[in-house]
Amino acid sequence: MSKETKQILSTDGIPLEESLKKAEKKNKIKAFLLVCPLLLFLIITYVFPIGEMLFRSVDDKMVTNMLPKTYKAMENWDGKDLPEEDVFKAFYLDYKILVEEKRHGKLATQLNYEKNGFKSILKKLARKQKKFEEGNYKDQITKVHKRWGQVDYWRAIKRRAPAYTYSKYLKGVDMYENEDGKIVQVPENRRIHKLLWMRTLNIALGVTILCFFMAYPIAHLLATLPMKYSNLLMICVLLPFWTSLLVRTASWMILLQQQGIVNDFIVWIGLVSDDNRPEMMYNKTGTFVAMTQILLPFMVLPLYSVMKTISPSLMRAGKSLGATPAIAFFKVYFPLTIPGIGAGCLLVFILAIGYYITPALVGGASGTLISNQIAYHMKETLDWSFASAMGLMLLAGVLAIYWLYNKLVGVDNIKLG
Amino acid sequence: MALPKYTEPHYRIWHYIYLFICACVFFFLIAPLFVIFPLSFNAEEFLVFSDGMKRLDPDAFSLRWYHDMVYGTKNPWGLAAKNSIIIAFFATIGSVILGTLAALGLSSRYMPFKGLIMAALISPMIVPLIISGVAIFFFMAKVGLAATHLGIILAHIILGTPFVVITVTATLSGFDHSVTRAAASLGSNPVNTFMKITLPLILPGVISGALFAFVTSFDEVVVVLFLAGLDNTTIPIQMWTGLREQLSPTILAVATCLILLSTLILLTAELLRRRSERIRGISR
Repeated sequence: MSKETKQILSTDGIPLEESLKKAEKKNKIKAFLLVCPLLLFLIITYVFPIGEMLFRSVDDKMVTNMLPKTYKAMENWDGKDLPEEDVFKAFYLDYKILVEEKRHGKLATQLNYEKNGFKSILKKLARKQKKFEEGNYKDQITKVHKRWGQVDYWRAIKRRAPAYTYSKYLKGVDMYENEDGKIVQVPENRRIHKLLWMRTLNIALGVTILCFFMAYPIAHLLATLPMKYSNLLMICVLLPFWTSLLVRTASWMILLQQQGIVNDFIVWIGLVSDDNRPEMMYNKTGTFVAMTQILLPFMVLPLYSVMKTISPSLMRAGKSLGATPAIAFFKVYFPLTIPGIGAGCLLVFILAIGYYITPALVGGASGTLISNQIAYHMKETLDWSFASAMGLMLLAGVLAIYWLYNKLVGVDNIKLG
Repeated sequence: MALPKYTEPHYRIWHYIYLFICACVFFFLIAPLFVIFPLSFNAEEFLVFSDGMKRLDPDAFSLRWYHDMVYGTKNPWGLAAKNSIIIAFFATIGSVILGTLAALGLSSRYMPFKGLIMAALISPMIVPLIISGVAIFFFMAKVGLAATHLGIILAHIILGTPFVVITVTATLSGFDHSVTRAAASLGSNPVNTFMKITLPLILPGVISGALFAFVTSFDEVVVVLFLAGLDNTTIPIQMWTGLREQLSPTILAVATCLILLSTLILLTAELLRRRSERIRGISR
């Protein structure tokens, strides 16, 4: 029989199997071509630029390119004692060009990142080197300032020799490579980034948990009420969802300000006295409250869509078999909602961990998150490579959760509205 | 949800506690939006309810902030609104075209690497906006599109397509492919089939995707903060600046208008969703 079926020919004389395969291949290409425009567009404008961030975050050619002769001369230096005359001469020549091209300020900034105290001695050298005589540069340079005679400073210059560095990533977790090439933590009082990472995780987790406990009852109510009531209540969930993020943040700024309604209310019920109004904005509390309200719809909607598929007869069956309502809920209903819980929690957590606008507006100094730090380095300090490094560390975390989400929920199951 | 008569008293109490909690959560969700309405009609410059407003004194209310929004001196809102609408309009068109095509491909059962490609296409929605902003800024600066409308439109197409892909794929999941085969067997070419058969059936999904893309673009501030120059200021940028510097009641007037707009969009989206469910119910 098998031989017979294999030999079935289509009308144009080709074996059926072959022509089916051909048709399938054609369909595959057709489907792929439809996706192609968007895929290409995203690869060019989105995926590549993110890859470029990776490149930027490790790129350290700036100093390398500014001091080419010095680094060439330093190749033979073991780093134990002060370098020899040839290094000093090369450095003098490199620096002279930089001063002439007025680029020496940039070098000072870069080297100062590496070791404090470079800025002043480089400035001094820029002034003094005009009167330098030919020969014996080692003496002349060390005479400009005593720090030029310390081997630590020359080691610091040498450390910037490689064209690639992972120091930005170390800085992002408050570590650095010390003079002996060991990776150590920065002093306790300067560990700001670790604090920020912990705070971001803290707030994201807290907001997720809070959202879950608030969303579960109302999703349940929406799923069990008759349609005409639930549709009306659904608007309470969907209206904030569709409203501008800035508008919602603005309303929290009005509510939480010192003379605001929330404060008026707790003074009115006598919780605090009028001249002792608590500060509820520009700190962690503000970020917490506002983010919870803003992200709540993202928890309600997945929970609701799962709960709507659970038949009420299941709970009734449980009760008729002797379970109390509480037991029926925890043994029957709750396990069935776990897919929705997973989807909602992961979604809210992913969104919360990268939040920028709300913390920037209501967070003050103690309520800002890692995103705000990235923006700060992009806009204020202009340390773009550090911003890229921090961004990629955040991205790695988010993509890990996204992968988990995809495994557990599947991205094609995301529902909107 | 009336309780049956035989419910025991302590479950009855539980039930009322549950309803009370739900009411509190709904209040928490919706109440903040309603603070903005009355305050935008405040006659004074402060963002608190004045004593006159508490007494409902008509003199305490005025339209001066709406007047200021439209006719105010060195008023940024006119330009911002124009820019926002232009950018959102073109970004929506771009997102809808690219997203719908991709969704058609993704819904085909012959599509290779479906899961992986879907995950990649959705990623702009998942990746934190600040990272997207930095990456897109690097790209636009390199190709010379920073501080141009085109650059911002392209950026918003990136951010808007995931929504279109999701909504259109969802609509197509209930789509009966035999109707397109029927059209083909009657001699229609693929483009004609798409325009005459497929598109009208998936239109609710496409439009609701378009609404999402429009709102995303209209409300987007993080990426625009990196990309916008002085000429490209948008409504969200103006609101952001206003909220950071000084909270003036003019912002509340704008916010009220935005809430009305979102209510309108919400109602449209709801109508479309129901219509789409009905159409899919018939076609199944």
